[in-house]
Amino acid sequence: MTIDLWYAAVGAVIVALSVFAFLTSKHLMKKLLAFNIMGSGVFLIMVGLPQHQHGVDPVPQALVLTGIVVAVSATALALVLLRRYVRAGGNPAP
Amino acid sequence: MTPILLIIPLAFAILTLLLPRHWVRAIIIPGLVLQVGAAVLLCMEIYQHGPQDYALGDWQAPLGISLIADGFSVTLLALTALIAALCAIYAQYFLTRYPREQRYFWPLFWFLLAALNGIWLAGDLFNLYVGLELLGLSAVGMVALTAEKTTLKAALDYLYAALFGSLAYLAGVALLYGAYGTLSIAQLSDMAAANPTTQVALALMTVGLLLKTAIFPLHYWLPPAHGGALAPVSALLSALVVKASFYILALLWLDVGALAVTVTAAQAMGALGAGAIFWGSWQAFQTRQIKMLVAYSTVAQLGYLMLLFPLAIGVSEAAAQLAWQGTILHLLAHAFAKAAMFLAVGTLVLALGHGRINDFGGVSQRNPVALFAFGLSAVSLMGLPPSGGFNAKWLLLQSAIASGQWHWFVVMIIGGLLTAAYVFRVFRVSFLQSAKHEIQDTHPALQLSALALALMAIALGFVSELPLSLMNLTDIAPATMGGTP
Repeated sequence: MTIDLWYAAVGAVIVALSVFAFLTSKHLMKKLLAFNIMGSGVFLIMVGLPQHQHGVDPVPQALVLTGIVVAVSATALALVLLRRYVRAGGNPAP
Repeated sequence: MTPILLIIPLAFAILTLLLPRHWVRAIIIPGLVLQVGAAVLLCMEIYQHGPQDYALGDWQAPLGISLIADGFSVTLLALTALIAALCAIYAQYFLTRYPREQRYFWPLFWFLLAALNGIWLAGDLFNLYVGLELLGLSAVGMVALTAEKTTLKAALDYLYAALFGSLAYLAGVALLYGAYGTLSIAQLSDMAAANPTTQVALALMTVGLLLKTAIFPLHYWLPPAHGGALAPVSALLSALVVKASFYILALLWLDVGALAVTVTAAQAMGALGAGAIFWGSWQAFQTRQIKMLVAYSTVAQLGYLMLLFPLAIGVSEAAAQLAWQGTILHLLAHAFAKAAMFLAVGTLVLALGHGRINDFGGVSQRNPVALFAFGLSAVSLMGLPPSGGFNAKWLLLQSAIASGQWHWFVVMIIGGLLTAAYVFRVFRVSFLQSAKHEIQDTHPALQLSALALALMAIALGFVSELPLSLMNLTDIAPATMGGTP
């Protein structure tokens, strides 16, 4: 087992755990954290698997960078909405 | 020519964000004219010279971004530009009551258009992901515009569903790239074989996209988001945004993974569609709020799109082609009709000051144009002739007969009857009862833009040949129509 395949396998485990957390937790903040961890797992698979199959490759790294930017902006939007929702009297853990 | 369609909306998004308010109002119409003009020009170019491939900034794939304009994508580009233009005209008058929301509506509107155009033009799976995320973020922003407790909750649910869906999609992309070393749709459709990796990747992407398309039973987020947003936002979301993820789904099943999908899986997708038709129609029949009725109607109508999979996979080439054409027409007709319906309903709610269907008495006298627009769009949704919706359902029914799949035939017929049942609820109240309280006058532009969209849904019944012939100008279609192992 190469180190790259090991990354991909750990990524898969992280994804599985965070999907479980995303689906089972009630609190909206916890769901958001689960989403972020799930993103990290997907990125690990994304870098590890192609490198295991085809050697060092710049494309997945470019993709992961884009993915991180998207995840950060999505998290920012979710945090703003969540804050507004709580201020408007909403319950974050329905 | 092709990148102009991304540059225009992005440029106007930034302009509307930075310019002072009175300037923003002044550049709406020029922006729309540019956008529609560019889309029509590109349509004509593709019609004359065939599909085009464009490498952005002259960087070749895989590091560069390639834009592919074929018959299917330019049809969708033109549809997007047209519907967005009419929704924007409506929004210009509708939003005069919402000064704060207006500030943020226009940048989000243009970002939404940029994301949609990006998805229609994308030539690889990763750009589709970026397009999906941009689309999700701007759509969620638009739902949250009014910043009330209920709409914020709807926006949050929508955002979480969209984020979860995109990550599932991205995980599938990672697996496909790991297995085949390419993201290009054209290359993958030659390479993707029926092995477990491809199937797991397709399954992950399918679940993500079903969630984003709001296909029963993953539709829970759609009715509150589409029913709670401002009328022009609901129209854009129901007409265009959910179609983008369906487009990717169709691309995956019929093109990229054509060799890896099984007939059983396609039938299961059809079953989800049937569930959507029955459940969405039943909920639309039950609800008390007019906007929720229209939103549940979207859930039901999206079910028809899902019938593409059982009708086009594992059947004869002729039947598959009929299913494909019917689905495209249904997508176009539903986009026009649903945008018209949300705009008409928005006008009626504005005139009455509430959205309770049981108190809709009297609108037939005081607001006939908006109600007429609602009626015309309902004709297309029910699939009565002459309308785009009728031609679409006719083709789908013929396809079901051609491949001997009578169960889908029955589903579509019952679906049409259920649609009639829920829209006639509105007519019964609005014609038979007189006004219980004051009905305000609304700006004629609000009524006319809804009517224009409804007339387009009807007119599509007469010019169906046009989009279908443009559709054939594609290198995707032959692979899709042949279909299957």
